[in-house]
Amino acid sequence: MKNIMAIFLKQISDTMKNKTVLIQFVMFPVLTVIMENCIELDNMPEHFFAKLFAVMFVGMAPLTSMASIIAEEKEKNTLRALMMSNVRPAEYLLGIGSYLFICCMAGTAVFAASCGYSGKELISFILIMAAGIILSETAGAVIGIASNDQMSATAISIPVMIVLSFLPMLSMFNETIGKVAKVFYSQQMSLMINGEQSTSGIIITLVNMLVLVAAFTVMYRKKGLE
Amino acid sequence: MNEMISITGISKSFGSKRVLDGISLQISSSEIFGLLGPSGAGKTTLIKIITGQLMQDGGTACVFDKDSRKLNGNDHRRLGIMMDNFGVYDRLSCYNNLKIFARIYGIRDDMIYSVLRKVGLESSAKSAAGKLSKGMKSRLRLARAFMTDPDILFLDEPTSGLDPVTADEIHKMILAEKERGKAVFLTTHTMSEAQKLCDNVGMLCDGHLIEYGAPDDICRKYDHQRMIRVHLKDGTETIIPHNRNGADKMCELISRGLTESIHTTEPDLCSVFMELTGKEISA
Repeated sequence: MKNIMAIFLKQISDTMKNKTVLIQFVMFPVLTVIMENCIELDNMPEHFFAKLFAVMFVGMAPLTSMASIIAEEKEKNTLRALMMSNVRPAEYLLGIGSYLFICCMAGTAVFAASCGYSGKELISFILIMAAGIILSETAGAVIGIASNDQMSATAISIPVMIVLSFLPMLSMFNETIGKVAKVFYSQQMSLMINGEQSTSGIIITLVNMLVLVAAFTVMYRKKGLE
Repeated sequence: MNEMISITGISKSFGSKRVLDGISLQISSSEIFGLLGPSGAGKTTLIKIITGQLMQDGGTACVFDKDSRKLNGNDHRRLGIMMDNFGVYDRLSCYNNLKIFARIYGIRDDMIYSVLRKVGLESSAKSAAGKLSKGMKSRLRLARAFMTDPDILFLDEPTSGLDPVTADEIHKMILAEKERGKAVFLTTHTMSEAQKLCDNVGMLCDGHLIEYGAPDDICRKYDHQRMIRVHLKDGTETIIPHNRNGADKMCELISRGLTESIHTTEPDLCSVFMELTGKEISA
């Protein structure tokens, strides 16, 4: 626990001075507040921007941040220094993961407030977002472990992020894209947030989780954290 | 003096490449041991095995009389490790860089300033590590190794690429640790550094420890020429054999007041390494 907390606190200090990571947590919540208050179109679904950006936020911020933090530590050999100080890989990943989770949940609070959720609606929204954040963090960890440096992590995470973040939006305009997007957890999140909760959606999300955990296990065994 | 490190018959291969083959050595407290060898000789691999980060294929490595594979958190606190390629958190200050490790080791905050003072970085405590010079970054890495006041220091190329003044200051810090009874395991490919600092050195080449002992003893052992070089006052130089006839000639030169300076021609560690391996070691 001590080591997890040390990594967690390290990441707070580091992110405060790392604008590229910091902006990812701030951008979508700020955009949501602005768009929700400034744009009002006829026939626009209620809280359209808040719901749209919430899904994009989950597909982007935890994934790219996790991948970039791990890849940077590998590239700069700070991760080795931590491992040699008796920090276990699981402690490191939990420290970084819990930090990103809390940051993303802070963003979730902004989206929830913009949507005016309360009671059961609020709990449901938070659970959907939490599941999405954990899935995206796992995907980010897989990319971070697979990459030897930040550049290769960015090269992999950007297309993955685009698929996860933009497909739910594009599926609003194209039915075929919508059918394809259904296999991704971010699309299922989008449907659930918009009130279309179904057993198949939960199953698809669970399958996504299994696939990501399997990918993480394979990649970790193959490359480890160093 | 207590035996701090004892390794016997350590072997390690990566794929078909044998990196270490039957390495044995002992290091005691208040001893600076230098492992010498060219880049890729297996020096860092040996440190990793001794510190329990890497499993050997054969042989035993004991630290504090304990198998290195069974070292626990308390044992790790007694090891200070500074690897050549260890990074620092560029965006964080020197203080915050050390604070991370203070939290991991459960060390009080006031110790951070004490360690920064020790390595001469107290005035840069609040400077971002990314803005430090290469020498200052080395000091910061050294500070990290000093954090727990370890009984054994592993220093992997601690002065690599540093200017002579900074290297000399780091040498003083290493010698001070020795005076405090610490054991220092140093890897270097700079022979002059080894000759200056080390009580014992081991020469590593192609996975084998080809020579082991005190630097002066090794140099004497390979002093085949046994010649004395004499600089004369007229600017010329003469080589005199290290025997009875040479002694007579030397006495004559001195009595006639012709000598400017007298030098032995015993080899240094660099030439011994070359003689043994046919390879150059210095970068």
